[in-house]
Parts: sequence; structure tokens; C-alpha cells
Amino acid sequence: MTDTQAPAQPGTGDMAGLSRRSLLRAGLLTGGAAAGAGLVSRSALAGDPLITEVQDWNRYLGDSVQAAPYGKPSEFEAHVVRRDVEWLTASPESSVNFTPLHELDGIITPNGLCFERHHGGVAQINPADHRLMIHGLVDKPLVFTMEDLKRFPRENRVYFLECAANSGMEWRGAQLNGCQYTHGMIHCVVYTGVPLKYLLNEAGVKTSGKWLLAEGADASAMTRSIPMEKALDDCLVAFKMNGEALRPEQGYPVRLVVPGWEGNMWVKWLRRLEVGDQPWEQREETSKYTDLLANGKARRFTWVMDVKSVITSPSPQAPVAHGKGPLVISGVAWSGNGTVQRVDVSIDGGRNWKTARIDGPSLSKAMHRFYLDIDWDGSPLLLQSRAMDEQGFVQPTKNELRLARGDNSIYHNNGIQTWHVKADGTVENVEVA
Amino acid sequence: MSKSPKLLALTLGITLTLPFAAVAAGSADTAKTFGLGRPAEADEIAAWDIDVRPDGTGLPEGSGTVAEGEVLFTDNCATCHGDFGEGAGRWPVLAGGQDTLKEDRPEKTIGSYWPYLSTVYDYVRRAMPYGNARSLSDDEVYALTAYLLYLNDVVTDEEFKLSKENFTGIHLPNEANFIADDRMAEAHNANKGDPCMTNCMAEPARITMHARVLDVTPGAGDDETSGGSVD
Repeated sequence: MTDTQAPAQPGTGDMAGLSRRSLLRAGLLTGGAAAGAGLVSRSALAGDPLITEVQDWNRYLGDSVQAAPYGKPSEFEAHVVRRDVEWLTASPESSVNFTPLHELDGIITPNGLCFERHHGGVAQINPADHRLMIHGLVDKPLVFTMEDLKRFPRENRVYFLECAANSGMEWRGAQLNGCQYTHGMIHCVVYTGVPLKYLLNEAGVKTSGKWLLAEGADASAMTRSIPMEKALDDCLVAFKMNGEALRPEQGYPVRLVVPGWEGNMWVKWLRRLEVGDQPWEQREETSKYTDLLANGKARRFTWVMDVKSVITSPSPQAPVAHGKGPLVISGVAWSGNGTVQRVDVSIDGGRNWKTARIDGPSLSKAMHRFYLDIDWDGSPLLLQSRAMDEQGFVQPTKNELRLARGDNSIYHNNGIQTWHVKADGTVENVEVA
Repeated sequence: MSKSPKLLALTLGITLTLPFAAVAAGSADTAKTFGLGRPAEADEIAAWDIDVRPDGTGLPEGSGTVAEGEVLFTDNCATCHGDFGEGAGRWPVLAGGQDTLKEDRPEKTIGSYWPYLSTVYDYVRRAMPYGNARSLSDDEVYALTAYLLYLNDVVTDEEFKLSKENFTGIHLPNEANFIADDRMAEAHNANKGDPCMTNCMAEPARITMHARVLDVTPGAGDDETSGGSVD
């Protein structure tokens, strides 16, 4: 196996590794029909009909500008959709689906593909009917309309939102075959919203106010306790994502943004903020989102999402179809502690590592895109990625996590993922030792 | 034109300078307020503020008995949670599982896992029954909470009456077993720094587990074998 970044030399006799363009070029250079025996059946004279014949889209008019007031992806991208795993939950209204990470690139998740996690279905709320209340240990309990919220100074920030249970089904070993399923409880968008501190300041938090309870307006009335330091630091009350209004499934008309912290705390359909002097110990911070350890104790208030990464292509849903030669290894990395400083990639199951290239913006508590361009010789690979964040935390192996926590933590699995790329280009989720 | 250029400039200066000065102060000074929103009325706060804390803060007046709770549970809850909280199908198990937390397959229920009774009252009142939330009276929630204590052997008397007055005297078995987030003390976090880059393992890596052996990915075949849960 080689992993140089030099331009590839097409392997002789390996038709699958040659692009049509390089075939044609080879044919022209060697005199067309006089090309080598391996190329006779595809002589330059038998040109590609997609080029030599006029195509419909080249002859007839396409759709008008009135055809799609709100555009959709090409019909040829119909497979790029959120998917669920039915057996995971008892009810599809308190359930989760998964972002198709294996089909995406860059760092921004399209709104229609952002994974969903609801506990009482998607609330449908007319923004004119929505109210946000602040009360408790404040000088002035207040009620805001959406119009009020949009008069505060606002900010635009890119953040990842990762479900605490992302990769949770993999604690006991390789189970789901695809990064959409093993890592797809995450999305990353640019949020537009009001710093939470402006709203709290408007009500006047008393000095005894140390905790904030955030509550949603949906049928689960989702609640979480948030320490006041975080609430006053970088939390946003957001009403837009990627430039447009929040999608209903993401909390329309308004949600809480809690950068770097587990997705459960990003309360959707946000309607109430109560200031108190102690945490409330709600269902979602006692029964759920507490992390059982092997000794029977359970961690509570495990808020931060640790440094993590995954190779999105090749992956089980994105096999290598082009044969030997140049291969783009692409993936995402993120950390609740800040920016990702570096991502290393291994093609031999973690024995040797090469530092990948982070491309695009490196923003705090946001997704980062990394690439490693290799020349694949067709040998089986054991692909891994290992992220390091700006605080120096290094993504651990799954076995290191299990050694520290056991198999029953459910949440916060940031262990290194391994993909087995086979000689035929198919890819499988495996564990290695 | 009656206004002199000087007067015009002065007028513009006043009208333009004041708003910009206010905005500048607002972005720099966190003590600045914007005068937005309106006071929340007492009945509005009471309508939405139904949360209950472990110290009993937020508990409403009222009470209910185990026997009353059993009837309510049968009518409103047993379809999903089973007659005795054992859970129907994949629906959550509410009772049992004591002393299983160190086992390979722990059963986390109110009796075996939950730290505080306040959470039971709060969650049932806020979000149950599933699909018909906020439909139970405060007394009914007391009765159902009492019945859940009975199903979990925390109380044994069917005539036991749970009320605002005796609520905080009751403790769930697993209260002491929750600890602070100490992930930073784990070896892989404590030893942060430059990781190994070459020859990090003595032997070539070998595959120890395949996802395809379980074969539970949608579209990959039989979905019957469940290895985990996210709810």
C-alpha cells in the first residue's frame, strides 16, 4: 500500500482504474485504432454517444424560473435523505433519524438533511402564537413575542449539534453498517439568533440565580438545567438556520443553541426560561443523559461533546467504485472544546498515521472537513481517523473508552471508527485490536 | 430655505448621533437593556411553571393513594407500560431491575436507577400519558406517583397516601449513585498531547468484530436483533 500524494500512474491492464478520458487520451496518443491490444474494443472512433450524439437537454428547453419557487435537489440525488432505524425506539414520535454524512461535503449541513430527534413529535407552531417567558430569580419576569426577539442585536455562528447518543449503538461493538447510522446524529449549520445573555439581562438575573431551566412548547415539554455561566457565555436563542427560518423539526420558530454541548440541551420550540439556585434534576438529566459506568455509578451533567471524527468516504454506504489509483479520503471532525487542531488518518488500523489536510473554515465548536488524498493499490485497508482539538485532547480508541467506562454508558461514544475497505472496494464497519 | 446650513447640521447631528450612541452602548455594556418584552402576569407564570425540584420546590397542593393510582394506571398507562410497570413491547419499563446496574444488561427503572421522586411527579405531569400530555390533575399525578412507588417496592402499603407534605421524606434507592462528570480524569484525557504516529502497535491490526455479523442495518436484512436503544 502506498499513500503518497503524487499523481497516480494508471496500472497497466487494470481497466477499472482508468477513466474514460484517460482511455481516449491514450488512444489518441498511440494513433487511435492502432492502440494496444487492451484498448482495441474501445477505440477512439467508437466515441462516447453522450458526446457524439446531441442529448435532449442540449436540444429542448428546460424548466422555467417559475417551476420551483422553493428549489429541491436533482432527482438524481433522491437517495440523499435522512434515514431512521426502526428497531431503535418504541415510537416514531419519540425517535431519531440520521444525517446522510456519507453523501455530504464541506462543513454545512443542508437544512432538509439535518437529523431529527423528537420526544413528542414535531410541534407545528404559528410564530404569531409563540411566546417566550423568562421568570424565577429575576427582577422582572418577562414575556417576549417573536417580533420582540427579532429586535435584539443578533449574531451569526456556525456550530455542530451532536446528539449525546450519537454512536451509542456501537458501545458493544460494530453494529450498524454506515456512517449515516453510526455517526449521523449530528448536523452543522449557521445559526442566526440573539445572545441568551441579552434576554436574561433584560429580565435582570438576581445574584442567587445560578441555574437556568429551558423548556420547549412541544408535547414532551422538554426541559434541561443549564449552569448560568454557560447561559451567559455563548448560548444563542436562534430563529434562523443557514439563512432561513428554522425548520419545524428543528424547533420553529425558536430554539436554544448551546455550543459544544450535547444536543438534548438545545431545547426546540423554546418557550420558557426559569432562573433558579439549583438544578431541577429533570427526566432528561436523571433517567436519560446520565452515563452508567461499569461500577454501577452514573455520571450526571456530562454536557460537553468530546473531540471526535469519522471518515465519511470511503464508508459502507460509499464504497470505492473506481478501482485502483487516486482515492479521496474525506471526513469530518469536531470538538465541543473549540476548534479541531489536527486530524490523523491511518490506513492500517492505527499502526501508522499520516496527518490529513483540513480544508475550509476552522471554527470553534463547528464541523471541520478533512481530506487525505492517496494512491490506492487495491489492497485491503483498515481506515481510521483520529482528531485532536485545540486544547490538546486526542480522540480515544473505543477500547480505551470501554476500559474507562464499561459497555453501558449509552452516551458520549467518541471512539475512533474503523472501516474495512476490501479489495473489491466494498467497505464494512469493523472493530480492530 | 429658512434653515441655515449650520442649523441643519446641528439638527442632523442630534437625530443621527443619539441612536448610534445607544446601540454602541448596548453592544459594549452587558448591563444595557433594550426595553423589549412585557411583564409576565402571575397566572401566566403559574400556567407554565410546573417544574418540581428534588427539594420539593414546585410541588402543588394535593395528594393521592396507591389504590387510587392503580386504577388510574390501568386506565391511562398500562397499555404501554404494562399492568405492573413491566413495559409492553419496546415501551419503557417503569419498575423492577433493582441491583442490575453492574450487570452486563442493566435494567434502568424508577426503582433501580432514578435518583429523585420529584422527577417522577414532574415528568408524568408534564409529558404523560404519551399523546395526551397535561391531561391529569395534580391529585391524579400524586396517586400515580404513589402507585409507581408501590410497583417499585419503595412503599408496601396499598393505603399509602402521597402528598405535598410527606413527598420529600421519600427517597429512591439509587439516589447516592450519581457522580459528577469526571471524564477529564480518564487516562486518554489526562495524558493529552502528541499521539503516536508510527509503529504504534507491535503486530498488524486484526479485525475483532464485523457489523455484518449482526446485520441490523436497515435494508441489510433481518431487523429483529436489537443491540441497543436511544430512547
